[in-house]
Amino acid sequence: MTYHWEWQVFLSDDGSGRSYLEWLFSAWGWTLSVAACAWVIALAFGSVIGTLRTAPNRALQGVGDAWVELFRNIPLLVQLFLWYHVVPAVFPAFKGLPAFMLVVFALGFFTSARIAEQVRAGIQSLPRGQRLAGQALGLTMAQTYRYVILPMAFRIVIPPLTSEAMNIIKNSSVAFAVSIAEMTMFAMQAQEETSRGIEIYLAVTGLYIVSAFSVNRVMAFIEARVRVPGYIGGGK
Amino acid sequence: MLNLDLSILSWDIIGRFVAKGFVFSIQLTLVAMTGGIVFGTLLALMRLSGRKWLDAPAAIYVNGMRSIPLVMVILWFFLLIPFLIGRSIGAELSAIITFVAFESAYYSEIMRAGIQSVSRGQVYAAQAVGMTYGQTMRLVVLPQAFRNMLPVLLTQTIILFQDTSLVYAIGAYDLLKGFEQVGKNYGRPIEAYLLAAVVYFVICFSLSQLVKRLQAKIAIIR
Repeated sequence: MTYHWEWQVFLSDDGSGRSYLEWLFSAWGWTLSVAACAWVIALAFGSVIGTLRTAPNRALQGVGDAWVELFRNIPLLVQLFLWYHVVPAVFPAFKGLPAFMLVVFALGFFTSARIAEQVRAGIQSLPRGQRLAGQALGLTMAQTYRYVILPMAFRIVIPPLTSEAMNIIKNSSVAFAVSIAEMTMFAMQAQEETSRGIEIYLAVTGLYIVSAFSVNRVMAFIEARVRVPGYIGGGK
Repeated sequence: MLNLDLSILSWDIIGRFVAKGFVFSIQLTLVAMTGGIVFGTLLALMRLSGRKWLDAPAAIYVNGMRSIPLVMVILWFFLLIPFLIGRSIGAELSAIITFVAFESAYYSEIMRAGIQSVSRGQVYAAQAVGMTYGQTMRLVVLPQAFRNMLPVLLTQTIILFQDTSLVYAIGAYDLLKGFEQVGKNYGRPIEAYLLAAVVYFVICFSLSQLVKRLQAKIAIIR
């Protein structure tokens, strides 16, 4: 079977004066923006919640556990619909927000639960002596976390964070469901309009792989830069 | 403030719209789990075979699947299957084929870790009593690998169950779609989405608690 390729489809006009290639790159931009903004939220909340779960206070631990279970046990797409349809109806403050922001919240909070798990595991993998040493020096609990535990824990969790960062790019594809003009939305619409689905999907799939791989390289660079000689993966 | 109207929570409505979707979601999960574990184990064996011509294609398949968003994989299969066989097979069947193919990649990584967790001595012992490669794998290595990885395999299945909601992209009628239909037909989208979230949460949370318990049990025996 031979397939008749028609790559020039990307140069044809989409009906609004721009080519499909331009549309594809704009969609790539939306994918990366959604993923990047959600990553900021996920990292911020994930770090705080993950730390809380190791705190020597039952109530704080409970808050952290509840957060993780809530955001981990509901499918991302359902969470997205909750943010999009339910949250603005319940909290008037969210009413005028653009769909983009709601997607960012949905993806960010969903990912924060997974990051919280990694951060907690990272903190708990440190020998108990680190915490005790900090306290023996007279540091408060907050200072022990700030100067002793967290700097090491964050270095340990960089590899799992790398895969979460790659996941967030892939997961940003659910944004199609609330009509964000990102790459999956582009793939669905351009496929319908041009009937050249294979070329369109190949291009989109390629860009997803390129994006995830670039994120992987950036994280590897960070990992190398913050390495502490003599410690976990520190090398020479 | 919000006035919730839970009148859509009647057996009649649930039976008419949600039950069908629920059955499909469960069916999709079970078929994809079974198929995924079978093909995943084969892929894992290929990767650990030490033969380049088996290892390389399996590695490309597994890493390829794992680097593409699931929604795109669903769209790909929905586009390619009719293209290859010349006729449309419907969103539901397409979803089942997609999930078996996609989950195989994830289960294969778990099984690979599981097989590697079985100590070398077990393999040597099997060979010493004269077992062939097939017997060694089937009777000695795989049962242990499977048991060691049972909690992880089940956790992956919970993730799989959540991911089935993504068949939304091709319009298959699953649990989420069922609730969405209720919301549309009775003008109560907010309640419908909330109920959907509650149902998914209850199922996934209780399953994950069960897995946790199982994990503790297995850890004691080892």
